[in-house]
Amino acid sequence: MSSLDKETVRRIAFLSRINVSEEGLGELAGDLTRILDFVEELQEVDVEGCDPLTSVADLTLPMRKDEVTDGNIQQKVLSNAPMTDAGCFVVPKVVE
Amino acid sequence: MTDLTNLTLAEARDGLAKGDYTSVELTEAHIKSMEAHRNLNAYIIETPGKAIEMAKASDAKRAKGDAGKMEGLPIAIKDLFCTEGVQTTAASHILEGFKPEYESTVTTNLFNNGAVMLGKANLDEFAMGSSNTSSYYGNVINPWKGKDGKDLVPGGSSGGSAAAVAAGMALAATGTDTGGSIRQPASYCGIVGLKPTYGRCSRWGIVAFASSLDQAGPMTRTVRDAAIMLGAMAGHDAKDSTSAPVAVPDFEAALTGDIRGMKIGIPKEYRVDNMPEEINKLWDNGIAMLRDAGAEVVDVTLPHTKYALGTYYIVAPAEASSNLARYDGLRYGQRVMDEGDSLDDMYMKSRAAGFGKEVQRRIMIGTYVLSAGYYDAYYNKALKVRRRIYEDFATAFGTVDAILAPTAPSAAFAIGENEDDPVKMYLNDVFTVPASLAGLPGLSLPTGLSSEGLPLGLQLIGKPFDEETVLRVGGVLETAANFTAKPAGQEG
Repeated sequence: MSSLDKETVRRIAFLSRINVSEEGLGELAGDLTRILDFVEELQEVDVEGCDPLTSVADLTLPMRKDEVTDGNIQQKVLSNAPMTDAGCFVVPKVVE
Repeated sequence: MTDLTNLTLAEARDGLAKGDYTSVELTEAHIKSMEAHRNLNAYIIETPGKAIEMAKASDAKRAKGDAGKMEGLPIAIKDLFCTEGVQTTAASHILEGFKPEYESTVTTNLFNNGAVMLGKANLDEFAMGSSNTSSYYGNVINPWKGKDGKDLVPGGSSGGSAAAVAAGMALAATGTDTGGSIRQPASYCGIVGLKPTYGRCSRWGIVAFASSLDQAGPMTRTVRDAAIMLGAMAGHDAKDSTSAPVAVPDFEAALTGDIRGMKIGIPKEYRVDNMPEEINKLWDNGIAMLRDAGAEVVDVTLPHTKYALGTYYIVAPAEASSNLARYDGLRYGQRVMDEGDSLDDMYMKSRAAGFGKEVQRRIMIGTYVLSAGYYDAYYNKALKVRRRIYEDFATAFGTVDAILAPTAPSAAFAIGENEDDPVKMYLNDVFTVPASLAGLPGLSLPTGLSSEGLPLGLQLIGKPFDEETVLRVGGVLETAANFTAKPAGQEG
Protein backbone atom coordinates (compact mmCIF):
# COMPACT_ATOMS: atom_id res chain seq x y z
CA MET A 1 0.00 0.00 0.00
CA SER A 2 2.46 2.55 1.12
CA SER A 3 5.22 3.71 -1.10
CA LEU A 4 6.74 6.70 0.64
CA ASP A 5 7.63 9.66 -1.53
CA LYS A 6 10.40 12.15 -0.83
CA GLU A 7 8.01 14.74 0.57
CA THR A 8 6.65 12.29 3.13
CA VAL A 9 10.16 11.30 4.14
CA ARG A 10 11.08 14.97 4.47
CA ARG A 11 8.12 15.43 6.81
CA ILE A 12 9.01 12.34 8.89
CA ALA A 13 12.62 13.48 9.09
CA PHE A 14 11.51 16.85 10.40
CA LEU A 15 9.17 15.25 12.94
CA SER A 16 12.13 13.09 13.99
CA ARG A 17 14.38 16.19 14.07
CA ILE A 18 16.99 14.52 11.89
CA ASN A 19 18.65 16.46 9.08
CA VAL A 20 18.57 14.48 5.84
CA SER A 21 20.25 15.54 2.60
CA GLU A 22 18.37 15.56 -0.73
CA GLU A 23 19.98 12.31 -1.91
CA GLY A 24 19.51 10.84 1.57
CA LEU A 25 15.75 11.37 1.21
CA GLY A 26 15.64 9.14 -1.86
CA GLU A 27 17.59 6.33 -0.22
CA LEU A 28 15.48 6.53 2.93
CA ALA A 29 12.27 6.48 0.91
CA GLY A 30 13.39 3.15 -0.52
CA ASP A 31 14.48 1.68 2.83
CA LEU A 32 11.42 2.83 4.72
CA THR A 33 9.11 1.60 1.98
CA ARG A 34 10.70 -1.86 2.15
CA ILE A 35 10.19 -1.93 5.91
CA LEU A 36 6.56 -0.82 5.58
CA ASP A 37 5.94 -3.45 2.89
CA PHE A 38 7.38 -6.03 5.25
CA VAL A 39 5.02 -5.13 8.11
CA GLU A 40 2.07 -4.88 5.73
CA GLU A 41 1.14 -8.53 6.35
CA LEU A 42 -0.22 -7.57 9.77
CA GLN A 43 -3.24 -6.13 8.02
CA GLU A 44 -4.52 -9.65 7.30
CA VAL A 45 -4.71 -10.62 11.00
CA ASP A 46 -8.18 -10.66 12.49
CA VAL A 47 -8.00 -8.61 15.68
CA GLU A 48 -11.74 -8.18 16.15
CA GLY A 49 -12.47 -7.63 19.86
CA CYS A 50 -8.78 -7.69 20.73
CA ASP A 51 -7.41 -5.06 23.12
CA PRO A 52 -4.02 -3.55 22.34
CA LEU A 53 -1.25 -5.05 24.48
CA THR A 54 0.89 -2.17 25.66
CA SER A 55 2.78 -4.04 28.36
CA VAL A 56 3.29 -7.65 29.31
CA ALA A 57 4.09 -6.66 32.89
CA ASP A 58 1.07 -7.92 34.75
CA LEU A 59 1.11 -5.01 37.15
CA THR A 60 -0.86 -1.98 38.08
CA LEU A 61 1.63 0.82 38.22
CA PRO A 62 2.74 1.26 41.81
CA MET A 63 2.06 4.50 43.64
CA ARG A 64 4.58 6.20 45.86
CA LYS A 65 4.50 9.17 48.17
CA ASP A 66 4.95 12.45 46.35
CA GLU A 67 8.04 13.60 48.18
CA VAL A 68 11.53 14.76 47.44
CA THR A 69 13.95 11.82 47.48
CA ASP A 70 17.08 13.50 46.16
CA GLY A 71 18.30 16.88 45.03
CA ASN A 72 21.10 19.41 45.41
CA ILE A 73 23.02 17.70 42.60
CA GLN A 74 23.23 20.58 40.14
CA GLN A 75 26.84 19.82 39.26
CA LYS A 76 26.01 16.19 38.53
CA VAL A 77 23.02 17.12 36.39
CA LEU A 78 25.12 19.51 34.33
CA SER A 79 28.33 17.47 34.21
CA ASN A 80 27.68 15.97 30.75
CA ALA A 81 26.11 19.00 29.09
CA PRO A 82 27.85 20.28 25.94
CA MET A 83 27.36 23.89 27.05
CA THR A 84 26.46 25.39 30.42
CA ASP A 85 26.45 28.85 31.94
CA ALA A 86 25.76 30.00 35.49
CA GLY A 87 24.44 26.60 36.48
CA CYS A 88 22.08 26.29 33.49
CA PHE A 89 21.95 24.42 30.18
CA VAL A 90 22.62 26.76 27.29
CA VAL A 91 20.23 26.62 24.31
CA PRO A 92 20.24 28.67 21.11
CA LYS A 93 18.20 31.83 21.25
CA VAL A 94 14.50 30.89 21.04
CA VAL A 95 12.84 34.26 21.75
CA GLU A 96 13.67 37.34 19.72
CA MET B 1 48.73 -24.27 35.83
CA THR B 2 45.05 -23.76 35.10
CA ASP B 3 44.23 -21.33 32.33
CA LEU B 4 42.33 -18.80 34.40
CA THR B 5 40.53 -17.40 31.37
CA ASN B 6 39.00 -20.73 30.43
CA LEU B 7 37.02 -21.38 33.60
CA THR B 8 33.31 -21.38 34.15
CA LEU B 9 31.91 -18.96 36.72
CA ALA B 10 31.19 -21.89 39.01
CA GLU B 11 34.76 -23.23 38.72
CA ALA B 12 36.28 -19.80 39.33
CA ARG B 13 33.95 -19.21 42.27
CA ASP B 14 35.01 -22.51 43.83
CA GLY B 15 38.70 -21.92 43.04
CA LEU B 16 38.57 -18.53 44.74
CA ALA B 17 36.80 -20.04 47.73
CA LYS B 18 39.48 -22.72 48.06
CA GLY B 19 42.23 -20.12 47.74
CA ASP B 20 43.70 -21.66 44.57
CA TYR B 21 44.09 -18.12 43.23
CA THR B 22 43.02 -14.61 44.13
CA SER B 23 40.62 -12.30 42.35
CA VAL B 24 43.59 -10.11 41.47
CA GLU B 25 45.29 -13.06 39.73
CA LEU B 26 42.09 -14.00 37.95
CA THR B 27 41.54 -10.39 36.89
CA GLU B 28 45.13 -9.92 35.71
CA ALA B 29 44.84 -13.00 33.51
CA HIS B 30 41.75 -11.50 31.90
CA ILE B 31 43.37 -8.11 31.40
CA LYS B 32 46.15 -9.88 29.48
CA SER B 33 43.57 -11.76 27.45
CA MET B 34 41.72 -8.54 26.59
CA GLU B 35 45.00 -7.10 25.30
CA ALA B 36 45.78 -10.23 23.31
CA HIS B 37 42.37 -10.23 21.62
CA ARG B 38 42.02 -6.56 20.74
CA ASN B 39 41.71 -7.55 17.08
CA LEU B 40 38.16 -8.77 17.86
CA ASN B 41 37.12 -5.27 19.02
CA ALA B 42 34.86 -6.79 21.69
CA TYR B 43 35.34 -3.91 24.11
CA ILE B 44 34.67 -0.23 23.48
CA ILE B 45 36.77 0.58 26.50
CA GLU B 46 38.81 -1.62 28.81
CA THR B 47 38.93 -0.57 32.45
CA PRO B 48 41.95 -2.46 33.80
CA GLY B 49 42.69 0.06 36.56
CA LYS B 50 39.18 -0.13 37.92
CA ALA B 51 39.22 -3.91 37.55
CA ILE B 52 42.35 -4.34 39.65
CA GLU B 53 40.97 -1.95 42.26
CA MET B 54 37.72 -3.92 42.43
CA ALA B 55 39.61 -7.23 42.57
CA LYS B 56 41.78 -6.02 45.45
CA ALA B 57 38.68 -4.88 47.33
CA SER B 58 37.09 -8.25 46.64
CA ASP B 59 40.07 -10.20 47.94
CA ALA B 60 40.01 -8.06 51.08
CA LYS B 61 36.28 -8.63 51.47
CA ARG B 62 36.75 -12.38 51.10
CA ALA B 63 39.55 -12.37 53.67
CA LYS B 64 37.01 -11.01 56.14
CA GLY B 65 34.75 -13.98 55.37
CA ASP B 66 32.27 -11.94 53.39
CA ALA B 67 31.79 -13.32 49.87
CA GLY B 68 28.90 -12.44 47.54
CA LYS B 69 27.39 -14.63 44.82
CA MET B 70 29.87 -13.40 42.20
CA GLU B 71 32.70 -12.51 44.56
CA GLY B 72 35.88 -11.69 42.69
CA LEU B 73 34.64 -12.85 39.26
CA PRO B 74 35.75 -10.64 36.34
CA ILE B 75 33.04 -9.91 33.78
CA ALA B 76 32.32 -7.64 30.82
CA ILE B 77 29.50 -5.09 30.98
CA LYS B 78 27.61 -4.34 27.79
CA ASP B 79 28.09 -0.66 27.06
CA LEU B 80 24.36 -0.09 27.36
CA PHE B 81 24.51 -0.18 31.18
CA CYS B 82 25.26 3.15 32.80
CA THR B 83 28.39 2.83 34.91
CA GLU B 84 29.26 5.64 37.28
CA GLY B 85 32.22 7.66 36.07
CA VAL B 86 32.93 5.24 33.21
CA GLN B 87 32.06 6.24 29.64
CA THR B 88 28.75 4.76 28.50
CA THR B 89 28.02 5.12 24.79
CA ALA B 90 25.38 2.59 23.68
CA ALA B 91 27.88 2.27 20.78
CA SER B 92 26.62 5.60 19.46
CA HIS B 93 28.58 8.68 18.47
CA ILE B 94 25.89 10.80 20.09
CA LEU B 95 26.90 9.54 23.56
CA GLU B 96 30.65 9.64 23.00
CA GLY B 97 32.30 10.92 26.16
CA PHE B 98 29.16 10.52 28.27
CA LYS B 99 30.09 9.58 31.84
CA PRO B 100 27.03 8.74 33.93
CA GLU B 101 26.83 10.18 37.42
CA TYR B 102 25.00 7.05 38.55
CA GLU B 103 25.23 3.26 38.36
CA SER B 104 22.53 1.08 36.78
CA THR B 105 20.63 -1.16 39.16
CA VAL B 106 21.82 -4.38 37.48
CA THR B 107 25.51 -3.40 37.66
CA THR B 108 24.97 -2.18 41.23
CA ASN B 109 23.55 -5.62 42.10
CA LEU B 110 26.43 -7.40 40.37
CA PHE B 111 29.09 -5.27 42.05
CA ASN B 112 27.39 -5.63 45.45
CA ASN B 113 27.63 -9.37 44.82
CA GLY B 114 31.37 -9.01 44.26
CA ALA B 115 31.67 -9.00 40.46
CA VAL B 116 34.66 -7.21 38.93
CA MET B 117 34.20 -5.08 35.79
CA LEU B 118 36.81 -5.57 33.05
CA GLY B 119 35.41 -3.06 30.58
CA LYS B 120 32.46 -1.98 28.49
CA ALA B 121 31.53 -4.40 25.73
CA ASN B 122 30.77 -3.34 22.17
CA LEU B 123 27.25 -3.69 20.73
CA ASP B 124 25.05 -2.57 17.88
CA GLU B 125 24.27 1.13 18.16
CA PHE B 126 21.51 1.56 20.76
CA ALA B 127 21.21 -2.25 20.71
CA MET B 128 19.55 -2.06 17.27
CA GLY B 129 20.94 -4.86 15.17
CA SER B 130 21.70 -8.53 14.74
CA SER B 131 25.32 -8.36 13.59
CA ASN B 132 27.18 -5.79 15.69
CA THR B 133 28.00 -3.98 12.45
CA SER B 134 26.13 -0.81 13.41
CA SER B 135 28.47 0.21 16.26
CA TYR B 136 30.09 3.62 15.84
CA TYR B 137 33.16 2.05 17.46
CA GLY B 138 33.63 -0.56 14.76
CA ASN B 139 32.55 -4.13 14.03
CA VAL B 140 33.08 -6.93 16.51
CA ILE B 141 34.67 -10.03 15.02
CA ASN B 142 33.41 -13.46 16.04
CA PRO B 143 36.26 -15.58 17.50
CA TRP B 144 34.87 -18.51 15.48
CA LYS B 145 35.89 -18.91 11.84
CA GLY B 146 34.28 -20.86 9.02
CA LYS B 147 36.22 -22.98 6.56
CA ASP B 148 37.08 -20.04 4.32
CA GLY B 149 38.55 -18.16 7.28
CA LYS B 150 36.48 -15.00 6.62
CA ASP B 151 35.67 -12.69 9.53
CA LEU B 152 32.19 -13.48 10.82
CA VAL B 153 29.73 -11.38 12.80
CA PRO B 154 29.25 -12.30 16.46
CA GLY B 155 25.53 -11.61 16.18
CA GLY B 156 23.88 -8.73 17.92
CA SER B 157 23.16 -6.63 19.58
CA SER B 158 25.20 -8.04 22.51
CA GLY B 159 27.99 -9.05 20.10
CA GLY B 160 30.91 -7.72 22.12
CA SER B 161 29.63 -9.50 25.23
CA ALA B 162 29.28 -12.81 23.36
CA ALA B 163 32.69 -12.53 21.67
CA ALA B 164 34.37 -11.63 24.98
CA VAL B 165 32.95 -14.70 26.73
CA ALA B 166 33.72 -17.01 23.78
CA ALA B 167 37.32 -15.78 23.42
CA GLY B 168 38.26 -15.89 27.11
CA MET B 169 38.23 -12.12 27.59
CA ALA B 170 35.68 -12.35 30.43
CA LEU B 171 34.27 -15.19 32.50
CA ALA B 172 30.79 -13.91 31.68
CA ALA B 173 29.08 -10.75 30.48
CA THR B 174 25.88 -8.83 30.83
CA GLY B 175 23.67 -8.57 27.79
CA THR B 176 20.33 -7.02 27.00
CA ASP B 177 17.65 -8.52 24.82
CA THR B 178 14.88 -6.57 23.08
CA GLY B 179 14.14 -8.93 20.19
CA GLY B 180 16.88 -11.55 20.53
CA SER B 181 19.99 -9.52 21.40
CA ILE B 182 21.19 -11.97 24.07
CA ARG B 183 20.07 -15.26 22.53
CA GLN B 184 21.14 -14.78 18.88
CA PRO B 185 24.75 -13.68 19.63
CA ALA B 186 24.99 -16.48 22.21
CA SER B 187 24.04 -18.92 19.45
CA TYR B 188 26.51 -17.39 16.96
CA CYS B 189 29.39 -17.49 19.48
CA GLY B 190 28.71 -20.90 21.01
CA ILE B 191 27.84 -19.70 24.51
CA VAL B 192 24.78 -19.64 26.79
CA GLY B 193 22.50 -16.60 26.88
CA LEU B 194 19.42 -16.11 29.02
CA LYS B 195 16.79 -13.46 28.46
CA PRO B 196 14.80 -13.42 31.68
CA THR B 197 11.09 -12.68 32.00
CA TYR B 198 10.23 -9.04 31.37
CA GLY B 199 10.35 -7.44 34.82
CA ARG B 200 12.84 -9.89 36.37
CA CYS B 201 15.79 -7.48 36.12
CA SER B 202 15.50 -3.76 36.63
CA ARG B 203 15.83 -1.60 33.52
CA TRP B 204 16.90 1.42 35.58
CA GLY B 205 20.14 2.86 34.25
CA ILE B 206 20.11 0.81 31.04
CA VAL B 207 20.07 3.04 27.96
CA ALA B 208 16.50 2.54 26.72
CA PHE B 209 15.70 1.13 23.27
CA ALA B 210 12.13 -0.27 23.44
CA SER B 211 10.97 -0.06 27.02
CA SER B 212 8.18 -2.64 26.84
CA LEU B 213 10.66 -5.25 25.53
CA ASP B 214 14.14 -4.45 26.93
CA GLN B 215 15.44 -6.93 29.47
CA ALA B 216 18.91 -7.55 30.88
CA GLY B 217 20.34 -11.04 31.27
CA PRO B 218 23.49 -13.14 31.65
CA MET B 219 25.80 -14.38 28.87
CA THR B 220 27.93 -17.25 30.12
CA ARG B 221 29.73 -20.48 29.23
CA THR B 222 27.31 -22.85 30.95
CA VAL B 223 23.70 -23.08 32.04
CA ARG B 224 24.82 -23.23 35.68
CA ASP B 225 26.73 -20.00 35.19
CA ALA B 226 23.61 -18.36 33.77
CA ALA B 227 21.74 -19.43 36.91
CA ILE B 228 24.46 -18.02 39.18
CA MET B 229 24.69 -14.72 37.35
CA LEU B 230 20.95 -14.17 36.98
CA GLY B 231 20.62 -14.58 40.74
CA ALA B 232 23.15 -11.77 41.18
CA MET B 233 21.46 -9.44 38.66
CA ALA B 234 17.75 -9.86 39.35
CA GLY B 235 15.40 -8.40 41.90
CA HIS B 236 12.67 -5.86 42.41
CA ASP B 237 13.66 -2.23 42.06
CA ALA B 238 11.41 0.65 43.06
CA LYS B 239 13.18 2.81 40.45
CA ASP B 240 11.72 0.72 37.58
CA SER B 241 7.93 0.69 37.76
CA THR B 242 7.78 -2.41 35.53
CA SER B 243 10.21 -4.32 37.73
CA ALA B 244 8.25 -7.19 39.25
CA PRO B 245 7.90 -7.34 43.03
CA VAL B 246 8.66 -11.06 43.12
CA ALA B 247 11.28 -12.94 45.12
CA VAL B 248 14.48 -14.09 43.41
CA PRO B 249 14.68 -17.87 43.76
CA ASP B 250 17.90 -19.88 44.06
CA PHE B 251 18.20 -20.50 40.33
CA GLU B 252 21.15 -22.85 40.74
CA ALA B 253 19.01 -25.13 42.89
CA ALA B 254 16.70 -25.59 39.89
CA LEU B 255 19.44 -27.57 38.11
CA THR B 256 18.33 -30.95 39.39
CA GLY B 257 19.10 -32.75 36.15
CA ASP B 258 15.70 -34.40 36.32
CA ILE B 259 13.08 -33.58 33.70
CA ARG B 260 11.21 -36.87 33.77
CA GLY B 261 7.53 -36.35 33.07
CA MET B 262 7.93 -32.75 32.00
CA LYS B 263 6.10 -31.70 28.87
CA ILE B 264 8.11 -29.97 26.17
CA GLY B 265 6.23 -28.25 23.36
CA ILE B 266 7.44 -28.18 19.76
CA PRO B 267 5.84 -25.31 17.86
CA LYS B 268 5.10 -26.42 14.31
CA GLU B 269 5.06 -22.84 13.00
CA TYR B 270 8.80 -22.59 13.68
CA ARG B 271 9.44 -25.09 10.86
CA VAL B 272 9.64 -22.18 8.47
CA ASP B 273 10.01 -22.42 4.70
CA ASN B 274 13.62 -22.46 3.54
CA MET B 275 14.85 -23.61 6.93
CA PRO B 276 18.38 -24.95 6.44
CA GLU B 277 18.44 -28.71 6.82
CA GLU B 278 21.16 -28.52 9.48
CA ILE B 279 18.92 -26.37 11.69
CA ASN B 280 16.06 -28.85 11.33
CA LYS B 281 18.46 -31.63 12.25
CA LEU B 282 19.82 -29.72 15.24
CA TRP B 283 16.28 -29.25 16.48
CA ASP B 284 15.36 -32.91 15.94
CA ASN B 285 18.48 -33.96 17.84
CA GLY B 286 17.49 -31.69 20.73
CA ILE B 287 14.01 -33.18 20.76
CA ALA B 288 15.49 -36.68 20.92
CA MET B 289 17.80 -35.71 23.79
CA LEU B 290 14.93 -34.39 25.89
CA ARG B 291 12.81 -37.43 25.11
CA ASP B 292 15.68 -39.73 26.11
CA ALA B 293 15.93 -37.82 29.40
CA GLY B 294 12.32 -38.74 30.15
CA ALA B 295 10.45 -35.65 29.00
CA GLU B 296 7.24 -35.97 27.06
CA VAL B 297 7.49 -34.14 23.75
CA VAL B 298 4.24 -32.76 22.36
CA ASP B 299 3.31 -30.63 19.37
CA VAL B 300 1.97 -27.18 20.10
CA THR B 301 0.68 -24.48 17.84
CA LEU B 302 1.56 -20.78 17.97
CA PRO B 303 -0.58 -19.64 15.05
CA HIS B 304 0.49 -15.98 14.98
CA THR B 305 4.23 -16.70 14.81
CA LYS B 306 4.55 -15.46 11.24
CA TYR B 307 3.32 -12.02 12.31
CA ALA B 308 5.80 -11.60 15.15
CA LEU B 309 8.54 -9.92 13.12
CA GLY B 310 6.13 -7.45 11.54
CA THR B 311 4.70 -6.64 14.96
CA TYR B 312 8.15 -6.20 16.43
CA TYR B 313 9.35 -3.91 13.66
CA ILE B 314 6.45 -1.57 14.39
CA VAL B 315 6.42 -1.71 18.20
CA ALA B 316 10.19 -1.51 18.79
CA PRO B 317 10.86 1.45 16.44
CA ALA B 318 7.80 3.27 17.80
CA GLU B 319 9.13 3.00 21.33
CA ALA B 320 12.65 3.81 20.16
CA SER B 321 11.52 6.99 18.40
CA SER B 322 10.06 8.15 21.68
CA ASN B 323 12.98 7.03 23.88
CA LEU B 324 15.62 8.50 21.59
CA ALA B 325 13.93 11.90 21.53
CA ARG B 326 15.99 12.65 24.64
CA TYR B 327 19.18 13.00 22.58
CA ASP B 328 18.73 16.66 21.89
CA GLY B 329 22.29 17.99 22.06
CA LEU B 330 21.43 19.95 25.18
CA ARG B 331 21.77 17.93 28.34
CA TYR B 332 24.36 15.35 27.37
CA GLY B 333 26.02 13.92 24.31
CA GLN B 334 27.20 15.49 21.11
CA ARG B 335 26.00 18.88 19.95
CA VAL B 336 26.40 20.23 16.41
CA MET B 337 25.54 23.88 15.95
CA ASP B 338 26.63 26.71 13.71
CA GLU B 339 26.46 30.44 14.21
CA GLY B 340 22.90 31.70 13.96
CA ASP B 341 21.27 28.26 14.14
CA SER B 342 17.79 27.93 15.60
CA LEU B 343 16.93 25.37 18.26
CA ASP B 344 15.46 23.09 15.57
CA ASP B 345 18.60 23.44 13.45
CA MET B 346 20.66 22.36 16.42
CA TYR B 347 18.45 19.36 17.14
CA MET B 348 18.47 18.27 13.51
CA LYS B 349 22.21 18.66 12.98
CA SER B 350 23.15 17.04 16.28
CA ARG B 351 20.91 14.04 15.68
CA ALA B 352 21.95 13.63 12.03
CA ALA B 353 25.63 13.62 13.03
CA GLY B 354 25.16 11.59 16.22
CA PHE B 355 22.95 8.70 15.07
CA GLY B 356 24.02 6.04 12.58
CA LYS B 357 21.97 4.88 9.59
CA GLU B 358 20.03 2.02 11.19
CA VAL B 359 19.15 4.10 14.24
CA GLN B 360 17.93 6.93 11.99
CA ARG B 361 15.82 4.48 9.96
CA ARG B 362 14.20 3.07 13.09
CA ILE B 363 13.49 6.49 14.59
CA MET B 364 11.82 7.52 11.33
CA ILE B 365 9.77 4.33 10.97
CA GLY B 366 8.72 4.73 14.60
CA THR B 367 7.82 8.36 14.07
CA TYR B 368 5.79 7.45 10.98
CA VAL B 369 3.77 4.66 12.60
CA LEU B 370 2.94 6.93 15.54
CA SER B 371 2.05 9.94 13.39
CA ALA B 372 -1.46 11.26 12.89
CA GLY B 373 -3.34 9.22 10.32
CA TYR B 374 -1.15 6.12 10.66
CA TYR B 375 -1.31 5.40 14.38
CA ASP B 376 -4.33 3.10 14.16
CA ALA B 377 -3.32 1.36 10.95
CA TYR B 378 0.18 0.52 12.16
CA TYR B 379 0.92 1.02 15.84
CA ASN B 380 -2.43 0.14 17.35
CA LYS B 381 -2.85 -2.76 14.96
CA ALA B 382 0.57 -4.10 15.97
CA LEU B 383 -0.36 -3.90 19.65
CA LYS B 384 -3.47 -5.98 18.96
CA VAL B 385 -1.49 -8.59 17.06
CA ARG B 386 0.98 -8.56 19.95
CA ARG B 387 -1.87 -9.63 22.20
CA ARG B 388 -2.67 -12.50 19.81
CA ILE B 389 0.96 -13.65 20.02
CA TYR B 390 0.87 -13.38 23.81
CA GLU B 391 -2.34 -15.43 23.90
CA ASP B 392 -0.82 -18.11 21.65
CA PHE B 393 1.90 -18.71 24.23
CA ALA B 394 -0.55 -18.60 27.14
CA THR B 395 -2.62 -21.31 25.46
CA ALA B 396 0.44 -23.45 24.72
CA PHE B 397 1.66 -23.13 28.30
CA GLY B 398 -1.70 -24.47 29.42
CA THR B 399 -0.38 -27.87 28.38
CA VAL B 400 3.43 -27.70 28.31
CA ASP B 401 6.19 -26.72 30.77
CA ALA B 402 8.62 -25.31 28.21
CA ILE B 403 8.98 -24.88 24.45
CA LEU B 404 12.00 -25.97 22.40
CA ALA B 405 12.94 -24.23 19.13
CA PRO B 406 16.04 -23.14 17.24
CA THR B 407 17.57 -19.83 18.36
CA ALA B 408 18.40 -18.53 14.88
CA PRO B 409 17.80 -19.66 11.30
CA SER B 410 21.54 -19.88 10.53
CA ALA B 411 25.03 -19.90 11.94
CA ALA B 412 27.10 -16.71 12.09
CA PHE B 413 27.41 -15.03 8.69
CA ALA B 414 30.25 -13.01 7.18
CA ILE B 415 30.68 -9.35 8.04
CA GLY B 416 29.01 -7.35 5.28
CA GLU B 417 26.35 -9.95 4.46
CA ASN B 418 22.69 -8.93 4.82
CA GLU B 419 23.65 -5.25 4.78
CA ASP B 420 22.03 -4.39 1.45
CA ASP B 421 18.47 -4.56 2.71
CA PRO B 422 17.39 -3.75 6.30
CA VAL B 423 14.62 -6.36 6.12
CA LYS B 424 17.08 -9.17 5.34
CA MET B 425 18.92 -8.40 8.57
CA TYR B 426 15.65 -8.41 10.52
CA LEU B 427 14.94 -12.02 9.49
CA ASN B 428 17.71 -13.24 11.83
CA ASP B 429 15.37 -12.54 14.73
CA VAL B 430 12.51 -14.70 13.46
CA PHE B 431 12.74 -17.26 16.30
CA THR B 432 13.66 -14.91 19.13
CA VAL B 433 11.19 -12.08 18.64
CA PRO B 434 7.97 -13.95 19.57
CA ALA B 435 9.13 -14.67 23.16
CA SER B 436 10.26 -11.05 23.47
CA LEU B 437 6.85 -9.76 22.45
CA ALA B 438 5.25 -12.06 25.03
CA GLY B 439 7.79 -11.09 27.71
CA LEU B 440 8.80 -14.72 28.30
CA PRO B 441 12.13 -16.11 29.48
CA GLY B 442 14.28 -17.61 26.73
CA LEU B 443 17.54 -19.51 27.05
CA SER B 444 19.89 -20.22 24.15
CA LEU B 445 22.56 -22.87 24.50
CA PRO B 446 24.95 -24.39 21.95
CA THR B 447 24.04 -27.96 21.00
CA GLY B 448 25.81 -28.59 17.72
CA LEU B 449 28.02 -27.40 14.89
CA SER B 450 27.12 -26.38 11.36
CA SER B 451 28.71 -27.96 8.29
CA GLU B 452 31.16 -25.05 8.44
CA GLY B 453 32.13 -26.00 12.00
CA LEU B 454 30.26 -23.04 13.53
CA PRO B 455 28.17 -23.22 16.71
CA LEU B 456 24.38 -23.51 16.52
CA GLY B 457 22.05 -22.89 19.42
CA LEU B 458 18.69 -24.19 20.57
CA GLN B 459 16.29 -22.07 22.54
CA LEU B 460 14.06 -22.97 25.47
CA ILE B 461 11.11 -20.68 26.16
CA GLY B 462 9.34 -20.76 29.52
CA LYS B 463 6.34 -19.42 31.37
CA PRO B 464 6.53 -15.95 32.92
CA PHE B 465 8.86 -15.97 35.94
CA ASP B 466 9.64 -19.64 35.45
CA GLU B 467 13.32 -19.28 34.55
CA GLU B 468 13.84 -22.26 36.86
CA THR B 469 12.17 -24.70 34.46
CA VAL B 470 14.02 -23.21 31.52
CA LEU B 471 17.32 -23.62 33.37
CA ARG B 472 16.47 -27.15 34.50
CA VAL B 473 15.62 -28.33 31.01
CA GLY B 474 18.57 -26.36 29.64
CA GLY B 475 20.90 -28.12 32.05
CA VAL B 476 19.72 -31.52 30.86
CA LEU B 477 20.03 -30.53 27.21
CA GLU B 478 23.52 -29.17 27.87
CA THR B 479 24.67 -32.44 29.43
CA ALA B 480 23.17 -34.50 26.62
CA ALA B 481 24.54 -32.31 23.83
CA ASN B 482 27.99 -32.21 25.45
CA PHE B 483 29.05 -29.27 23.33
CA THR B 484 32.79 -28.93 23.92
CA ALA B 485 33.96 -27.21 20.73
CA LYS B 486 35.84 -23.94 21.14
CA PRO B 487 36.92 -21.31 18.65
CA ALA B 488 40.44 -21.80 17.27
CA GLY B 489 43.00 -20.71 19.82
CA GLN B 490 40.63 -21.28 22.74
CA GLU B 491 40.93 -25.06 22.96
CA GLY B 492 42.10 -26.49 26.20
